[in-house]
Amino acid sequence: MTLPSAGLLAQAVVGGIFTGAVYGLLGLGLSLSWGLLRQINLAQFGLAFASAYLAYELQQHGIDALFALVLLPPVFFVIGAALQWVVERFRVTPFNSLLVSFGITIILEALIQWIWTADYRRLETPYGDLKLKLAGVYLPLPEMITLAISAALAAAVWLVMRRSDIGRAIRAAAEDAPIAIAFGIHQKALALGLAGLNAALAAIAGVCIALTYTLAPSQIFAWVGVVFAVVMLGGLGRPWGPLIAGCAIGVVEALTMAIAAPAWAPLVSFSLLLLLLLCRPGRA
Amino acid sequence: MGGAHVASGRESLGPIGRRADGGMKRKLALLLVLAIALAALPFVGLPQSWESILYLVFHWIALATSWNLLSGYAGYFSFGHGAFFGIGMYTTAVLTTRFDMPFAWTLPLAALAAALFGSALGAVAFRVRSVRGEVFALLTLAATFVLATVILNTPIDGGPGVYLNAVAVPTLARTASGSFYLLALGAAALALVVAVVVFHSRFGIGLFAIRDDEDVAEVMGVPTYRYKLVALALSSGIAGLVGGVQALFVAYVTTADTFGIALPLTVVLMAVLGGTRHWAGPAVGAIAITALLLGFTSADNAIAGRVVLGLVLIGVILFLPDGLLGGWMKRGARVRRLEGDAAARAVGADEIAAAAASPALREPSNPDAPVLLRTRKLAKSFDGVRALDGVDVEIRRGEILGLLGPNGSGKSTFINVVSGHYLASGGQVEFDGRPLARLAAHRVARSGIARTYQIPRPFAHLTVLENVALSAMFGAGSLGRRQAEAEAWEWLRFTGLASRAGSLPDSLNLHQRKFLEFARALAARPQLLMLDEVLSGLTPSEIDAAVALIERIRAGGTTIVFVEHVMRAVAALCDRVLIFDRGELLASGSFAEVMARPEVVRAYLGQEDEGASPAGAVEPEAVHAA
Repeated sequence: MTLPSAGLLAQAVVGGIFTGAVYGLLGLGLSLSWGLLRQINLAQFGLAFASAYLAYELQQHGIDALFALVLLPPVFFVIGAALQWVVERFRVTPFNSLLVSFGITIILEALIQWIWTADYRRLETPYGDLKLKLAGVYLPLPEMITLAISAALAAAVWLVMRRSDIGRAIRAAAEDAPIAIAFGIHQKALALGLAGLNAALAAIAGVCIALTYTLAPSQIFAWVGVVFAVVMLGGLGRPWGPLIAGCAIGVVEALTMAIAAPAWAPLVSFSLLLLLLLCRPGRA
Repeated sequence: MGGAHVASGRESLGPIGRRADGGMKRKLALLLVLAIALAALPFVGLPQSWESILYLVFHWIALATSWNLLSGYAGYFSFGHGAFFGIGMYTTAVLTTRFDMPFAWTLPLAALAAALFGSALGAVAFRVRSVRGEVFALLTLAATFVLATVILNTPIDGGPGVYLNAVAVPTLARTASGSFYLLALGAAALALVVAVVVFHSRFGIGLFAIRDDEDVAEVMGVPTYRYKLVALALSSGIAGLVGGVQALFVAYVTTADTFGIALPLTVVLMAVLGGTRHWAGPAVGAIAITALLLGFTSADNAIAGRVVLGLVLIGVILFLPDGLLGGWMKRGARVRRLEGDAAARAVGADEIAAAAASPALREPSNPDAPVLLRTRKLAKSFDGVRALDGVDVEIRRGEILGLLGPNGSGKSTFINVVSGHYLASGGQVEFDGRPLARLAAHRVARSGIARTYQIPRPFAHLTVLENVALSAMFGAGSLGRRQAEAEAWEWLRFTGLASRAGSLPDSLNLHQRKFLEFARALAARPQLLMLDEVLSGLTPSEIDAAVALIERIRAGGTTIVFVEHVMRAVAALCDRVLIFDRGELLASGSFAEVMARPEVVRAYLGQEDEGASPAGAVEPEAVHAA
């Protein structure tokens, strides 16, 4: 095992940050629903991949993926709110909601495989291969778009949570729902909105995944471990947490790939997660 | 199995049908008869196609039942059963092909390897205290994929998969499919026997208590960490064994087929469908789902099969959250509850009246009695708020000590820290001459301290009798299951709850729940009993009954510490009171003397009201007549 050149390492670090942007994007919705709705929403992964394949399909029909970025989130917002309505309607306990979302993801995975087969699919865009060269490091355009979106969304969610009345109401309802309701907060409507927002975030994450990765239905569950590690490292319900933790894990993964072998990258997030649990069991 | 759970339904002691005697042996005998009958089938001409179908049924029964040992009984849902199963598969595959080990020898090793991996994973995951169940679920899911990565990229597999074509199938029956049928039957029988034995054991009731309320279980003496680890080791070990058999059955092992999401999904679905609180639930679910999946065997239908699995999972959780057997168990409980209510109206009132009327054997405690509990500079902070700030207390053997003070002064925190519910931030606790402050809560309970909760926290899915028997099993008495039930009956009669023994706690009223807390604490046979506002919310006549009960408990030689706002009870019962204020000990002495002190008046009524007497405010004249 020889250490690669400085240029390669720099490229790996940049690549890791770009990967981290996708982790952060997927993790943001999960973190919000875990921290604020007390639901561990595995459906986030199924929805993101559904969105990724829809973006791919739109591109096949001549509609650019960037347009999908505008088109899909509202649709997914409605889907997410509808799912939350069902969870609310049947008084599903937090743990059972994990099982329900697991079931939803299984169904979505099967449907994706049925419609688009298990073969690998690649979304081709005219700008997909454009890259910037800065100080010897390549910066591909789709990845830069993803990073910008990820940072912008984290900032937007942070602003809404901190500065707006809705954000305060959501945080109050997460702290103690019955008390918040007693103070006139319409907790159910907020939960519907938040679940819708999370699904819309999944839609955006999906388009970004389609822009930067080759798609296969079997990939859905491969993301689960690393993104949950990101969410737990980043702290639940914190808008910037997933992006920062995502970039940290992304960089360590990329360096592992560059120095050791690509196949060992999945071990990184798992080891970090175990370390977190061992060192700070109270945190998670 | 069909006969076995019908039999359990006839038992009169509880909706769970879990009882120390009889029940278990009958179920085991039935299982044995059933297993022997099924084992004879290949020798009397069962068609080969049926052998293969039944192999699948047994395979899933073994997997779902083993999953349930931890995930159903203790409530820690694992999505990592595929990992344990896969370790078993690869252990057998590698040992038989590369080390030429006979197949039969590899099975125990497959079970051992899976159990070791499960224990290591649990040792990390079970340390997390806040969102434990969820973290465990995710960690097991992640572990599955990590394991797949490791196996795929190391010489264990290396990519192409492992072929077992050349490995000899043990000849248990005339044909290979017959032998596999018997192997799977053996695994299923083993899993069910373990499930029944655990279900009826001390260990099992401890696991069920963990599922209902882990913190309370720990404080009542259940070694929760160890129990979860053992359950996980058993669960993963059996999964590894099933994996070992499956490796030879499929004869070609790949990471893609082994570590997918389908296996954990199917297993979770089977158990949830059948009912996770019943030992036979997963088996029932396994039979139903396997039958369903047989309709989707061809490759084209595999996708449709997964959609159906997902839909059934969602449907079961929305419409049948307790599973098939769970719903059936609840119906049984409801019938018994109605019977119990009628009985309680007839008997309960008399018993309570009798308890209230019985003369108290009150003797003033001996001031020279040896110290039972001593704390030094005991401290507890919550995010900077000092709930206890350097408290020095001595409690003498045989006394009744009242803890008084305004709300938030640290009384309940004192009980919570001494009982191990909270870990102390600083200082020492010495009980009966031994240090306690750093011990896990279950060790504190073992050493002879029992407590009640201000808001009763019974185990919701255990009967009243089981609730009390549990603390007899895990408290200072450490009784066996049968003795514990006898002990529990005694304390149920003592507290007037005997007629409700078979009910679930949610059918009790507040007064009965408070007395259930008493009975649970007493059944532990503690040297020191800590009562946290047991009288709050009770009517005056119920308070009289409770005061009489406390006096009878003290007469039995138990030292009592109690936090109470009902002053007439404090005045009637306490040898000595301690006043807490803002986490510090303000005063100690006899009730009348302490309540007259100006600093106590200030603590209760505020700075301005120096002239007012708190003793007047709380009417010490109205003390209990006994």
